[in-house]
Amino acid sequence: MSELLLEMSVKAQKLNIPLSVQLDLTYRCNERCVHCYLDHDDHGEMTTAEIKHLFDEMAEAGVFILTLSGGEIFLRKDFFDLLEHARRLMFCVKLKTNAVLIREREAARLHELGVESIQISIYSHRPEVHDAITLIPGSLKRSVAAIKFLKSQGLKVIIANVLMSQNMQDYPGVRALAAELGVECTLDPTVTPMMDGNRSTLALGVDQSALRQVFRDTALVGDVAEFCAIPTPAGEDEMESTPCSAGHTACYVSPYGEVFPCVQFPLPTGNVRQQRFVDIWRHSEQMNDVRSIRLKDLTTCPSCSHAGTCTRCPGLAYMEGNMRGPSTQDCEKSFARTGIPSANMLAKKAAGASPRNANLVQIRPLPVSIGTSMAGATA
Amino acid sequence: MSRLYVARNPRVAARSLDGEMMIMSGRDSTLFTLNRTATILWQSADGTTPLDQIVEHRICTEFEVEPAAALHDAETLARELASHEILQISEEPIPPRTPVAGESR
Repeated sequence: MSELLLEMSVKAQKLNIPLSVQLDLTYRCNERCVHCYLDHDDHGEMTTAEIKHLFDEMAEAGVFILTLSGGEIFLRKDFFDLLEHARRLMFCVKLKTNAVLIREREAARLHELGVESIQISIYSHRPEVHDAITLIPGSLKRSVAAIKFLKSQGLKVIIANVLMSQNMQDYPGVRALAAELGVECTLDPTVTPMMDGNRSTLALGVDQSALRQVFRDTALVGDVAEFCAIPTPAGEDEMESTPCSAGHTACYVSPYGEVFPCVQFPLPTGNVRQQRFVDIWRHSEQMNDVRSIRLKDLTTCPSCSHAGTCTRCPGLAYMEGNMRGPSTQDCEKSFARTGIPSANMLAKKAAGASPRNANLVQIRPLPVSIGTSMAGATA
Repeated sequence: MSRLYVARNPRVAARSLDGEMMIMSGRDSTLFTLNRTATILWQSADGTTPLDQIVEHRICTEFEVEPAAALHDAETLARELASHEILQISEEPIPPRTPVAGESR
């Protein structure tokens, strides 16, 4: 994040303005990625008019960065109509797509409409590995062809590489492919439980030894000694800090209008089909509960040696049953970086539990929502 | 001296945050923030109102400033914003560009 954007984020947080929103336009998809957490059936997506109205409300509320994602966004027949409306409102629009449906014509239109960036999921530089994850033969070839179309229009493309045991050894090849194509590349070792609480996807994630390998790759982390340094104890300022932007300057809206603090934080806070977006943002009891959390308030983490440096995700913690609790996946990352177990890991070891067996919440429909699948959660 | 017209570049992203305009360049995603005067200029840049009228009716009424000096400063500012492709400037009125004609909020 640029220094100026960071400054704007601090200002937005003080003013309680949602600077950044991710909207999933659909959960339908033309790929069937093995690790995907979504239910791909359509349970009543917002209409074109509803989404345009939501864009109007978001612009009024001060939203600046609008990320359109899915599902596969190009499966919406009204996609370009929606994008045109979003750009007319002068949002900074970022797209997340598998790009399979992007050809020269679509790339040219995206350029005309002034999209800021397009993030494309690539799992491997080898078709046999990538296509075995998407479960669609030929998908790597089509995604790479799309990247070339987009680059030829001068658009900014970012390859997103999710790391799993299945493609762990291929990330250097993906980075080389990105360099060859002249695009950025990001790497993420986080696999998320499914929306219905099913945790089978977690078994696809990388293990400790793979994480250690990634965190000691100078090409990725730069100064390994600094990146993997033994953490210093958290100071008073850190104890008063908020965990991330979720609910503070950012939130997520599902294709059914449900608003959550983040795409990875399925705590239902309201539905734009029943309430104005800004009213949910400002007055939702759940959103304000999320906002109230400080590091010092967490159940286990304040006493952890990683407290000051941990990337703890409150959404993943919520999916483990307590948004004020630890996030086991982040504990494992801190351990892989430094070799020092987290307070949560030590507590679980003492109790004889495996961190990966943590109970996950079941996600149930919101009482106020209209015929949708994703929402409320109970431990 | 010919009149100058200014229009918002529809390729940028923009939003007002507490009265201060955030603008992201469509060329290279560089983020800019505009001060109060520049924000007024941006919000008034409809492509059809001449710069001297914007200065007279929007800037001089807001700030205690001598019109000739204000117009000189506004022209300098408009050219600087144009160099970053945030504004378009022309000696003729600038018609709205399709497919997107930005609405400033």
